[in-house]
Amino acid sequence: MTATNAIVARDLTRTFGRFTAVDHITFEIAAGEVFGFLGANGAGKTTAIRMLTGLLAPTSGQASVAGHDVYREAERIKRDIGYMSQRFSLYEDLTVVENIRLYGGIYDLTDRDIAERTALMLERLGLGHAADQFVRAIPLGWRQKLAFSVALLHEPKVVFLDEPTSGVDPITRRQFWELIYEAAARGTTVLVTTHYLDEAEYCDRISIMVDGRIAAIGTPAELKHTFGAASIDDVFVRLARAHPPEGKSEARP
Amino acid sequence: MKALGGLLRKEVYHILRDRRTLVVIIAMPVLQVVIFGYAIRTDVDRVRLAIVDPTPDPVTLAIRSRFDAAGVFRTVAVLPRPESLDSLFERGDAQGAVAFDPAFAEKLGRGLPVRILIIGDATEPNTGGIVQAYAAAVVQAYANELGTHTAGIRIVPTIRTRFNPTRESSNLFVPGLMAFVLTIISSLMTAISLTREKETGTMEALLASPLRPWQIIVGKVTPYLVVGFASVVGVIVEARLVFHVPLRGSVTLLLFEGLLFILVSLSLGILISARTSSQRVAMMGALIGTLLPTMLLSGFIFPLESMPVVLRAISYIVPARWFVLVARGVMLKGIGLAYLWSATLILLAMASALLVASTKSFHERLET
Amino acid sequence: MRRVWFLARAEVLHVVRDRATLAQVLVVPVVQLLVLSNAATFRIVNTPTYVVDFDRSTASRGLITRFQASGRFDVTGAAASPDQANDSLLRGEATMVLTIPRDFERSLVRTGSAPIEIALNAEKGSAAGIVQAYASNIVAAYASELAARTGPVAGAAPRIEVRARNWYNPTLNYKHYMVPGILVALVTLIGTLLTAQNIAREKELGTLEQLNVTPITRGQFIAAKLLPFWVLGIVNLAVGLAVGWLVFGVPMRGSLLLLFAAAAVYLVVALAIGLWISTLVETQQQAMFVTFFIMNVYLLMSGLFTPIDSMAPWVQVVSQLNPVRHFVTIARGVLIKGAGLREIARPLITLAVYGAIMLTLAIRQYTKRIA
Repeated sequence: MTATNAIVARDLTRTFGRFTAVDHITFEIAAGEVFGFLGANGAGKTTAIRMLTGLLAPTSGQASVAGHDVYREAERIKRDIGYMSQRFSLYEDLTVVENIRLYGGIYDLTDRDIAERTALMLERLGLGHAADQFVRAIPLGWRQKLAFSVALLHEPKVVFLDEPTSGVDPITRRQFWELIYEAAARGTTVLVTTHYLDEAEYCDRISIMVDGRIAAIGTPAELKHTFGAASIDDVFVRLARAHPPEGKSEARP
Repeated sequence: MKALGGLLRKEVYHILRDRRTLVVIIAMPVLQVVIFGYAIRTDVDRVRLAIVDPTPDPVTLAIRSRFDAAGVFRTVAVLPRPESLDSLFERGDAQGAVAFDPAFAEKLGRGLPVRILIIGDATEPNTGGIVQAYAAAVVQAYANELGTHTAGIRIVPTIRTRFNPTRESSNLFVPGLMAFVLTIISSLMTAISLTREKETGTMEALLASPLRPWQIIVGKVTPYLVVGFASVVGVIVEARLVFHVPLRGSVTLLLFEGLLFILVSLSLGILISARTSSQRVAMMGALIGTLLPTMLLSGFIFPLESMPVVLRAISYIVPARWFVLVARGVMLKGIGLAYLWSATLILLAMASALLVASTKSFHERLET
Repeated sequence: MRRVWFLARAEVLHVVRDRATLAQVLVVPVVQLLVLSNAATFRIVNTPTYVVDFDRSTASRGLITRFQASGRFDVTGAAASPDQANDSLLRGEATMVLTIPRDFERSLVRTGSAPIEIALNAEKGSAAGIVQAYASNIVAAYASELAARTGPVAGAAPRIEVRARNWYNPTLNYKHYMVPGILVALVTLIGTLLTAQNIAREKELGTLEQLNVTPITRGQFIAAKLLPFWVLGIVNLAVGLAVGWLVFGVPMRGSLLLLFAAAAVYLVVALAIGLWISTLVETQQQAMFVTFFIMNVYLLMSGLFTPIDSMAPWVQVVSQLNPVRHFVTIARGVLIKGAGLREIARPLITLAVYGAIMLTLAIRQYTKRIA
């Protein structure tokens, strides 16, 4: 584990009773990388992320985030990470700005920083006009943007984005990826999950999880070459055929 | 019909899998019976008495020993002066006090008037009055003996407690408890269960299915009917086994009336759920509209006679009032329809009216 | 800490913007207080009584008059036969049947003693026992009166004069006894329920996760959650007291400051229990049910409805573990009896200890990471 690795996992495993959700996954993500965490629904992506963010304890294996061990220093890790969950998890009865301010304060940003960054975020995401609207009243795409800005507000070293572009229109999707690149350029490590496989091409490297295991890992180009596929879509399908899940129909991308 | 069976099964799974709610449903009646048996009592006994005796002498000592012998009192403090009485009462260490005049026996011997002051803590009015009366009786008995060397005039009441010869207070609350438990299960839980489906949106899926509206209601409500019934039987069994509560009348009649009451409560639960989509509001509505009246206005714990006219009038439309009447009648008095026909009719009327009303409002909600 | 301040402020916004919660906190308790205080009473009055008087003598009529004049009994019927009286019991119309036998007066004159029969309708529950006590007292007082009238020559008998005093509640107003207790119950219920529900809701909605992923500590989170509800509880108590004073004339003999100080300590216990409950459940519905269940037990065993002194001895011991019991004692002590700090020291210290224990337990139980 070198100092430039932002996320390291070795044989990371999580079981729930007899069901193994994450099965001995091993990978290393360097600082500043944009890493795509792909896989079908139920493959174990969210569980893996929850272990790395300190929300869920691993059953076995090792992992460290931003140089801190997930077992012993879970709370320390939280200072250096941002998280956008798959399910919208901000307060609907607060306004956009109130939500941002709340998390700014929790992350110990000064009042001035909060004010500055709030203004910046709102402008970048085109949310300025919605600043004082209640979150329950704004459309899904804007909510995703809000959650995204909260995840990056405190300029963390690592940010975990769980399906940030789900249900979002193409223009917003593009805006998201522009912001992701900007963050990466600043040195932020981005781990993003998605099941829009075209977005895989935007990542530096990707991994594909099948049934809790990492079935493939590498740059998009490498994977396409290895599997003789024209697109990541194809790679995915070939992987699924090679590892048919028990009792279920073929996974469709 | 198969679809209905499927819905029933799903409801049962829901109930069984929600462990925490299940524990509450099962544990609550059990615990309630115990609590009511041992905690909800109003008997005045082992009264903590403070004595103020500035100059103890044979007479005051004699009277003091009468208090101890009366069996109702427990002397907790003997004080030379009344000053510290306040503190004793305020701390709750004493419930009553008896204060003798100084030089008691001497004055009595010389034929001068003497006084005994009896103080009762009337914070709880009944206790205060009863403590005073008991104490006064003790003193009076002694005084009468002193004066006439006879027992004086005595009127000896034979107290018979009808319908409860064992004088166990537990016998009295079981009928009310049944109503309480049934209300929780049939009204509260039904209301919450139905609104939960609305809140999570699964109601729409049900509506889109081939199930007819009446089937949905029956399917969702039947398990609670069964659970309610089982609870009642459970309460009765426990009350009989642990507290030996009698069941003198017809079990069939009791169960029939119980069924009526369950239907009434269920309809109320459905009605409440038809009016709201929020679980929290449903729960509040059920609590205020069904549980509170059952606890307070049914004569379950507090006597209806003691309430202001307005509340007594309202109690006539509280279903639990009639069920408690019937249940007490059947269990304690062993009476049948001959005496209970009017109460039964009222329950029947309520059940029919509410069932119709709830089905209609359910339909209306669905169609919007 | 600053984090606590930020989160607490957000909590206040939540509460203020949620009409259902506001109603729950401000409106519902007042309504409940008004209804409950009128309904929850063991005041013995208008007790329907049937009389079967076989003697029809001056003495027997005197006794009956005493009952009627006591203000507690309402002689609704004079039955000619015991069957009629029995029927009234079966029909649930009479709470008590007084039967005076044929030679009542003669017996009194000749032997100085006579029997009567009092039948109580146990169907009436706990009230029957109290009615019996009052009835016995009336009978005994009547006997004493008769003795005084027909007793030996005044000069020969020493007189012991008995004076009776009702302390703290001279008008024997049942509401004065009930209202403080009901107030405690409402404040407790709301505090515990709101806290449990609130956190369960965050779990249900998923907003708790976002908080758990931040560096906020358990202590900070809990402080931020409890603070607004604690303030709300105090406000609740104040509103309730105002209503109690205005509508029911509840006395406030002791120091209100002392009462609120005790309330401050008590609320920590109540809220900590709500917090603890929230760690046990996953949904709001479960939170409501479990809270309701636990509160039910606490309230019934708190001496709020029925006196602790009347409970079975083992229950009295167990109730020492009941924080509600202690605050009810304090509330009644301070308001009705004018108790001071020294008199409520024992229950107050107990509450403080509970607060510390419950809070520690709840904090320990709360986990940001699922194991």
